[in-house]
Amino acid sequence: MKVLVPVKRVIDAYVSIRVKSDGSGVDTDNVKMSLNPFCEIALEEAIRLKEAGVATEVVLVSVGAADIETVMRSGLAMGADRAIRVDADNDIEPLAIAKILKHVVETEDAGLVITGKQSIDGDNNQTGQMLSALLGWSQATFASEVVIEGSSAKVTREVDGGLETIAIPMPAVVTTDLRLNEPRYPTLPNIMKAKKKPLDVVALSDTGVDATKRQTIINVSPPESRSAGVIVGSVAELVDKLRNEAKVI
Amino acid sequence: MTTLVIANHDNAELHASTLNTVTAATQVGGDVHILVAGSGAAAVATQAAQVDGVAKVLHADADQYKDGVSIEVANLVVSLAGDYSHIMAGSTTSGKDMLPRVAALIDSSQISDIMAVDSADTFKRPIYAGNAIATVQSSDATKVLTVRPTGFDAAGVGGSAELAIIEGPAADGTTSVVGRELTVSERPDLGAADVVVSGGRGVGSAENFKIIEGLADKLGAAVGASRAAVDAGYMPNDYQVGQTGKVVAPNLYVAVGISGAIQHLAGMKDSKVIVAINKDEEAPIFQVADYGLVADLFEAVPELVEAL
Repeated sequence: MKVLVPVKRVIDAYVSIRVKSDGSGVDTDNVKMSLNPFCEIALEEAIRLKEAGVATEVVLVSVGAADIETVMRSGLAMGADRAIRVDADNDIEPLAIAKILKHVVETEDAGLVITGKQSIDGDNNQTGQMLSALLGWSQATFASEVVIEGSSAKVTREVDGGLETIAIPMPAVVTTDLRLNEPRYPTLPNIMKAKKKPLDVVALSDTGVDATKRQTIINVSPPESRSAGVIVGSVAELVDKLRNEAKVI
Repeated sequence: MTTLVIANHDNAELHASTLNTVTAATQVGGDVHILVAGSGAAAVATQAAQVDGVAKVLHADADQYKDGVSIEVANLVVSLAGDYSHIMAGSTTSGKDMLPRVAALIDSSQISDIMAVDSADTFKRPIYAGNAIATVQSSDATKVLTVRPTGFDAAGVGGSAELAIIEGPAADGTTSVVGRELTVSERPDLGAADVVVSGGRGVGSAENFKIIEGLADKLGAAVGASRAAVDAGYMPNDYQVGQTGKVVAPNLYVAVGISGAIQHLAGMKDSKVIVAINKDEEAPIFQVADYGLVADLFEAVPELVEAL
């Protein structure tokens, strides 16, 4: 079974975000970029499935301009066998991404898609579910455990009230939550090897997808800031403030 | 213009997030309908009919809706979508799981996690863990939106909407829920609580979280945890407050032993009053706290419980 792992390049999780002063978006110039953390978890899960003999090949796919290839190489260094970049703008909407991924899934004849539940830039949490719907495949979001048993799978999901386990037929789209696994760090020899792994580029026009935007970003602004309050000297003072000043207890 | 709100419920009770979602729907303008898809969920439909601002409740009762499986509910919503200008669900795990399917199947580009309605086609939403707010205009004929519950007040109760029984499409039947481990707690629901007491890595162990729980019980509060505390195994994931967990905005948020990483602040900085207790006076949590106490939590929290 071939596993397809869609990944996204994002501003590194530890970088402080700067909103551009003209309100057009977030500054990405000279900012450290990384693989989206949830996508790393997805890739780790796919690699483990291959190591367990369940998957035969792990194919990384991402949609964007040539500058995303650096983080795709780090995915290859983690252990993906090869990669596909669909050449397009870096800010395509999730619905168009899902349509492009559907094309890649069908071309590759993959049997499983594992991807992150959300990217930490747009925080949309849509692409996996949309892909599942477009393919007519099973859907298992927010996975904390995935067990594949031949033509079916059991997936434990992180839900608001706790955990839920579902049984689904394959093929499926699985999206990952934080506790599914801890992604490995690429070793130096694997980083070297990754440079030679195949990374194919597919033109957007070859996918037949119309990626025209449906949404207009009118403005991006910093959130209302919250100013620091006071440091109290004792528990007694804290209780007094909460009771008589803030009146919340 | 009519908005369809997908009710979040457990077949017995309407989840509080549905009331916030109804408020977002009324701000769009036009009529508001609620869909209750469940099994043996007549009580939920009755409850939904009493929500202020709701004109009509559509109640689909069938086995396939018992567990809220996203494929089943999405197929039902798609069958109704033609009648609506807007389709909304709360940004709960069930809303987030289900609604993008609807968007894809009706070819609409979803806007996730809206926190304000500017007009019928323009919405504000947080991006980058709330470190930026985007104003987004949709050109799709049917707008598909998930709604951040803390961005909208809960709709009142006292209305009497028309109640219509509907039938959905045939069951898909492929997905079954085979197990649930739900957290059983006497405390209020984290997403809807007036007071939340959260612990971080500074709490040190799962055992030590009893200190946090003791303070929460004294305040009638829900218990939360930072991602660091969840990653360290002190608390289950459904207690997580932050970018990748739950977003809360209680009247009082008490952060104990939490340093205040941006991912955590994303989940709580809209709280009305924030209290931070941390022994590290440099901790970033103090930059958003209304009241900060630089102290060892193992001394300060028991003292606080005593003083309340």
